[in-house]
Amino acid sequence: MKEFMFIIRGGQEEYNANSPEEMQKHMEHWQSWMGGLAEKNQLIGGQPLMNEGKKLTEAGEKVIDRPFAEGKELVGGYLIIKADSLESAALIAKECPSFEYKCSVEVREISPLE
Amino acid sequence: MVSVLIKIFGTENIEMAEDVVQDALVKALETWKYRGMPDNPRAWLYRTAKNKAIDIIRRNKHSRVIDFSDPQKQLLTSGYTLTTTMNNYWQEEHIKDDFLGMMYACCHPDISQENQITFILKSLCGFSTKEVAKSFLTSEDTISKRLYRTKEFFRKHKIKPKIPASEQISLRTHTVLSAIYLMFNEGYNSTHNDQLIRKDLISQAMSLCKSLLSVKRTQLPEVYALMALMCFHTARINSRLTEKGELILITKQDRSKWDKEFINSGQKYLNKAAFGEGLTTYHLEAAIAYEHCNAKEYKDTDWNKILEYYKLLLKIGNDPIVFLNQCLVILELKGPKEALIALKNVENNTMLKKYYVYHATLGEIQQRLGNNTKAIEHYQKAVQLTQSKPEKQFLKDKIAHILN
Repeated sequence: MKEFMFIIRGGQEEYNANSPEEMQKHMEHWQSWMGGLAEKNQLIGGQPLMNEGKKLTEAGEKVIDRPFAEGKELVGGYLIIKADSLESAALIAKECPSFEYKCSVEVREISPLE
Repeated sequence: MVSVLIKIFGTENIEMAEDVVQDALVKALETWKYRGMPDNPRAWLYRTAKNKAIDIIRRNKHSRVIDFSDPQKQLLTSGYTLTTTMNNYWQEEHIKDDFLGMMYACCHPDISQENQITFILKSLCGFSTKEVAKSFLTSEDTISKRLYRTKEFFRKHKIKPKIPASEQISLRTHTVLSAIYLMFNEGYNSTHNDQLIRKDLISQAMSLCKSLLSVKRTQLPEVYALMALMCFHTARINSRLTEKGELILITKQDRSKWDKEFINSGQKYLNKAAFGEGLTTYHLEAAIAYEHCNAKEYKDTDWNKILEYYKLLLKIGNDPIVFLNQCLVILELKGPKEALIALKNVENNTMLKKYYVYHATLGEIQQRLGNNTKAIEHYQKAVQLTQSKPEKQFLKDKIAHILN
């Protein structure tokens, strides 16, 4: 089994514009999707991220508050899962509930320690 | 509430669960004092406890204190799923199941019955250590030790609170029911207390049994039967003691004081218990108790029927105490000579020899036979063997009666 990271970008504005009921429904999708992964022992972990942040550049000399990216590019969360291959990891990612908010999901294999 | 939290944190973290409940209650008292009681105090408490639980999960996400390896619990570690997972734990039907699950965990067959009941009273009935100690007339220290041993057992064997699968349910429920019945009996006929009847224990035992009946999977015939049995006994509570707390025998009880409502619900439960193939001791004991409740006067008691039930009971298990009770029925039905002959069968039983009722029965038989000296000897022996003050007094009165 290899490990993969899903980097979830964008969607914050759409999400925040939702009614509490819609948000709850969305969270239930996360629940069943991640629950399914956990059942199959494919879930390692993952967290949503807060929008606020700081970005350090130029060897840490330059510090910028957000926005460091356009809304669409803002990383909103990550997930680490187990899968056989990049292809099957991508198939899993296809079901990610974040697509409901027009997010993009980047699938990257985590470099194995050797 | 504790059961839900124990399910979340694991049986190895019972203190954590108890602390959350404690905190929630303290917070409730503080808040309600100023703002008044909320419309739905229960929901308020649950919400508060839930939020505290979320805080604890966040703090312990990366520690090893809580075991998140179960897929359901793994979802508690992610912000994507924490809230929904937590809410699921607090759904009404889950709360019921968790309560029962905890009951089964407490009544694990490898835990001694004493420890089972101690733990149930503390964790599920909300008794303080002091109150539990009082129920058992022992020190708080002893109770703390018992609680500690049970917690260690949970920790060591990673016991999960859950309702057993259907193939095990009957066997495991058996242990739960004996714990409930023992608790009830302790309340009904306190073995070591100045008070003969302890209504708090009785009502706790009954509500535990009721909660088993509230969930389909645990609605077994023997559960209904025990519930019926407890109803019939409870119906007679108010007629068992005089105002001074002295014991009144069933022969002299004021039957108008018997609670009709309890007798009626007992009957309903007993009817519901009549399915499945197992005829348990609870069924028979309930049937016997019903016969007593059903008789308008003591002389109307259907002793023949009762004797039949005792015979069936003795077929299920050769319990010397049941045998002794059967001898009392024989005494009523056939007189002291026959009863004495029957009792000869168990005269070498060491357990009975230490049981005051055995000697009290012999006393009664000898008294009826007119052997007053022998009767007094037996009554005196019985006085030595019981710890209960009202019972001692009752026996002493009998002796005094003979001497006068």
